[in-house]
Amino acid sequence: MTRYITKRVLSLVPVFFGITLISFFVIHLAPGKPTELDSSLNPKVSYEARLRWEKIEGFDKPIYIQYAKWLKKFITFDFGRSYIDNRPVSKKILERIPVTLLLNMSALVLILAIGVPAGIMSAIRRGSLADRLTTVSVFIGFSVPEFWLALLLMSLFGISLHWLPVSGIKSMDFEYLTFSGKALDVLWHMILPVAIAALGSLAGISRYMRSSMIGVMHQDYIRTARAKGLDESAVIYKHALKNAVLPVITILGLSVPGLIGGSVIFESIFSIPGMGRLFYESVMARDYNTIMGILSIGAILTLLGNFLADIAYFCADPRIRVSE
Amino acid sequence: MKELLKNKIAFAGMIFILVIIAFAILAPLISPYDPTQIDSKDILSRPSAKHIFGTDTLGRDVLSRIIYGSRISLSIGIIAVGIAVLIGIFFGSVAGYYGGKIDSAIMRFVDMMLCFPTLFLILAVIALLEPSILNIMVVIGATSWMGVARLVRAEILTLKERDYINAARLMGASDCRIIFRHLIPNAIGPVLVSATLGIGGAILIESALSFLGIGVQPPTPSWGNILMDGKSTLGVAWWVTVFPGLFIFFTVLSYNLLGEALRDIFETRLK
Repeated sequence: MTRYITKRVLSLVPVFFGITLISFFVIHLAPGKPTELDSSLNPKVSYEARLRWEKIEGFDKPIYIQYAKWLKKFITFDFGRSYIDNRPVSKKILERIPVTLLLNMSALVLILAIGVPAGIMSAIRRGSLADRLTTVSVFIGFSVPEFWLALLLMSLFGISLHWLPVSGIKSMDFEYLTFSGKALDVLWHMILPVAIAALGSLAGISRYMRSSMIGVMHQDYIRTARAKGLDESAVIYKHALKNAVLPVITILGLSVPGLIGGSVIFESIFSIPGMGRLFYESVMARDYNTIMGILSIGAILTLLGNFLADIAYFCADPRIRVSE
Repeated sequence: MKELLKNKIAFAGMIFILVIIAFAILAPLISPYDPTQIDSKDILSRPSAKHIFGTDTLGRDVLSRIIYGSRISLSIGIIAVGIAVLIGIFFGSVAGYYGGKIDSAIMRFVDMMLCFPTLFLILAVIALLEPSILNIMVVIGATSWMGVARLVRAEILTLKERDYINAARLMGASDCRIIFRHLIPNAIGPVLVSATLGIGGAILIESALSFLGIGVQPPTPSWGNILMDGKSTLGVAWWVTVFPGLFIFFTVLSYNLLGEALRDIFETRLK
């Protein structure tokens, strides 16, 4: 166990540096410097002042030195200051991360709670009406533009019917609510965004669960279980299910980047002050430090997600433990 | 092809795609109005015989904009995926064929790219460059080749042990010839499936970018930015938002159905 984890942690290190490298160079290879918006494009700023500023920010140095400096600070969780309001980027990200994590975690729970049973049922009753309905919903989930559906649902449930709130994560009178009132209020605001966030991966997971289950049902050990006279429900729930659910753990880990990336869209639509919205605002304002910070953090969150999925898989599957 | 015709739903998808492609090619002939023509007397009018899908906030005919928009949205989908497939085949075949350190270096790079929340990376690069149609195609392509690379690598790993590859090598064929003449053509099935599914994905990404305001820039119509134009008036004029969305939905759905059908065909062929 410890050996496996150590090996896995060590394999994270090069990927981590790769991520920081890509985040840094993607931003810096783009033409133009972040100081330009306020300097060369601004006639009031003199040439000397521009040089001085570039020197302060370190833009006069070769790019690999800039990267080394940035990385050195990055490791100590110092992502530099935002060009918009001069506040530390790490602080800005920390403020925004909880909402995004809350939404994405809830989406993950929803995906598991609906996707896995739906996939299993589809697989067991192959060709039934329920299976066909699930398949149709899966294709709809894969193909519908999420933001479009969000807009339509928002105008239906929020504006026409007044059932659900359309923006933000809490009501105006949030401060005056009791603790349980607060929790309910946030939950109330989360319904639409979480449903939208979950949609795409939900379709993926139930589809995957279905084919995994169908694959397992054809295995020899299932035939053995049937041959020794077990009734069908014992075969399905005791023998097949355990083996079919395992690969889903990995797929769940892989759905993390899509979820985090999608938060740009649903946080913009529902005006939720999370990391996705912060990223969008920073991109529009060319706030380089914040962009690099969020890009790296987003990728590192994915890396952690995959890592946890691997560890969970390791704990759940005795075959890997033995082969180690 | 015959097998494809048997699958009725996939066949319907294929027909829909062909119709949309015909729309795109014949746009000037079939669109009832000029898609950029502003008519201040005919703003936000409901769908009617004159304007089948109504008009938008500037009085432009929504149907004409959708027809012209299909040119942009489809070409972005197809070209972006073409770029992704080329990059993916290159990295995948090099990694699979040469193996060893080259393989592990490329696959680590793939792992790194897969860690980035897709939309974050695309958003950052396009906003920093500038949202031109060409940039959008290239950036979507450059950030979605990893799946193809993995597929091609896996295929080539199994193919390169086959006897006919040894035979080719004994005859003195160069690496390049073996890869391009003998390996890639035999690995193309799964790539075709993934490309078909990918076109739908790329159309969705383009529409999401347009929705965020950094996709195809107005007045050029793309399905995403027509929809975006209707966002603010959704309460009073649903048609500006609903119709382009339906076109995106059915087009992506058709590509997905076609892709799934192709996958079934290739998988049964292997068995």
